[in-house]
Amino acid sequence: MSWAFLRDLLSGVNKYSTGIGRIWVAVVFMFRLLVYVAAAENIWKHEHDEFECNIKQPGCENVCFDHFFPVSHIRLWALQLIMVSTPSLLVIFHVAYRENREKHQNQKLYRNPGKIDGGLLCTYLISLILKTGFEIVFLVLFYKLYNGFKIPRLVKCDIKPCPNIVDCYISKPTEKMIFLYFLVATSCLCIVLNLGELSYLIFKYSIKCYLKRHVKKQQ
Amino acid sequence: MDWGALHTILGGVNKHSTSIGKIWLTVLFIFRIMILVVAAEKVWGDEQDDFVCNTLQPGCRNVCYDHFFPISHIRLWALQLIFVSTPALLVAMHVAYRRHEKKRQFRKGDQKCDFKDIEEIRKQRFRIEGSLWWTYTSSIFFRLIFEAVFMYAFYFMYDGFRMPRLMKCNAWPCPNTVDCFVSRPTEKTVFTIFMIAVSSICILLNVAELCYLLTKFFLRRSKKAGNSKQQPNHENKEETKQNEMNELISDSCQNTVIGFSS
Repeated sequence: MSWAFLRDLLSGVNKYSTGIGRIWVAVVFMFRLLVYVAAAENIWKHEHDEFECNIKQPGCENVCFDHFFPVSHIRLWALQLIMVSTPSLLVIFHVAYRENREKHQNQKLYRNPGKIDGGLLCTYLISLILKTGFEIVFLVLFYKLYNGFKIPRLVKCDIKPCPNIVDCYISKPTEKMIFLYFLVATSCLCIVLNLGELSYLIFKYSIKCYLKRHVKKQQ
Repeated sequence: MDWGALHTILGGVNKHSTSIGKIWLTVLFIFRIMILVVAAEKVWGDEQDDFVCNTLQPGCRNVCYDHFFPISHIRLWALQLIFVSTPALLVAMHVAYRRHEKKRQFRKGDQKCDFKDIEEIRKQRFRIEGSLWWTYTSSIFFRLIFEAVFMYAFYFMYDGFRMPRLMKCNAWPCPNTVDCFVSRPTEKTVFTIFMIAVSSICILLNVAELCYLLTKFFLRRSKKAGNSKQQPNHENKEETKQNEMNELISDSCQNTVIGFSS
């Protein structure tokens, strides 16, 4: 019970997505989930042990680490992945509801229960808006919590019980910064894909509606 | 044997749940179990190693850690999740018993049994009525009790939901009052509040499901009482249709593709 659950969820979503939606699933799976599990987790694994302060005062390192990393990057990244994948469940639930309705009434109510039209289109658009919203919220959270996306080598700390201003050194700052930029870049790419899919769906169904009305008027 | 086993067990129960029950199960798996395994366990991973006390006295750190953390948050959450998932087994057992009875009837060649083969019995989905209604409602009631008990236990043991940075300890063998520092207190507070919030959402979902089941029960009873007075006519057919629609709405999301076995 771990990231495999999310992988199964994403594979389920893929069936009912548009072409851009499938690219989004591939990006999330390959460039975010896989990178997280295979690489990023190990970089942040010993962040607390390897955080060193130039002082022997017991408790000073703990307190300084807690001050500079209220919520670790890697936990925020994990939460972001989970929250961003969850809105797709709305679409899965809606399709399952449609299929269940057809089964109960023993007749074909929809041309294809998985086709994005009618109520399912609204659900899909809502899920896209929620996904984009979550991405933006987490990027803003990252920016606000860590004063930009930089990870300095040295931080100065003077919180009790540290007796004076103490130098503290963060482990692997460059590697962490590279992966942080990678996270931000893939987030932005996913936002662009979501917005693109939103525009495409709205445009497609507006044209459809317009043509229908046009044809009706001509008749 | 891990959380995946729980997923397999509860997935079978999912088929016989109401739609609110299915939402509850989704929240349980994604926002509680998954967060616990993927994030929270790592935050609490180094809790004893990085619990530092301002003393060189051997044993003082151990004793102080044990005094302030009789049961770690992570273990309490794991217990809570197991206890909260267990009442669903009552429903699973009841369904299994009913299936067993139907199979017995089928094998005897009972004419009441209108299934064509054993496979159909295995795949049949039981409606929540009769004795299954009582089992299902009791399981929700127990879930609520367990959630409330664990939330109270958390609050009582840790004096609220905040993790302090500094704790003062004077348990023997510490020579005097000693400052002890907890590792990652802010991150732990954030995750504690998150888990409490999701627990509260689960409690609300359970209360909503209980209300829904009770309403359905009383409506059914009043309809039965009403029907027994009326003569059968076309109005009954419409009522039956309305009942079917209500059933459809409550039985939605049956084939959710999140790995729940059918």
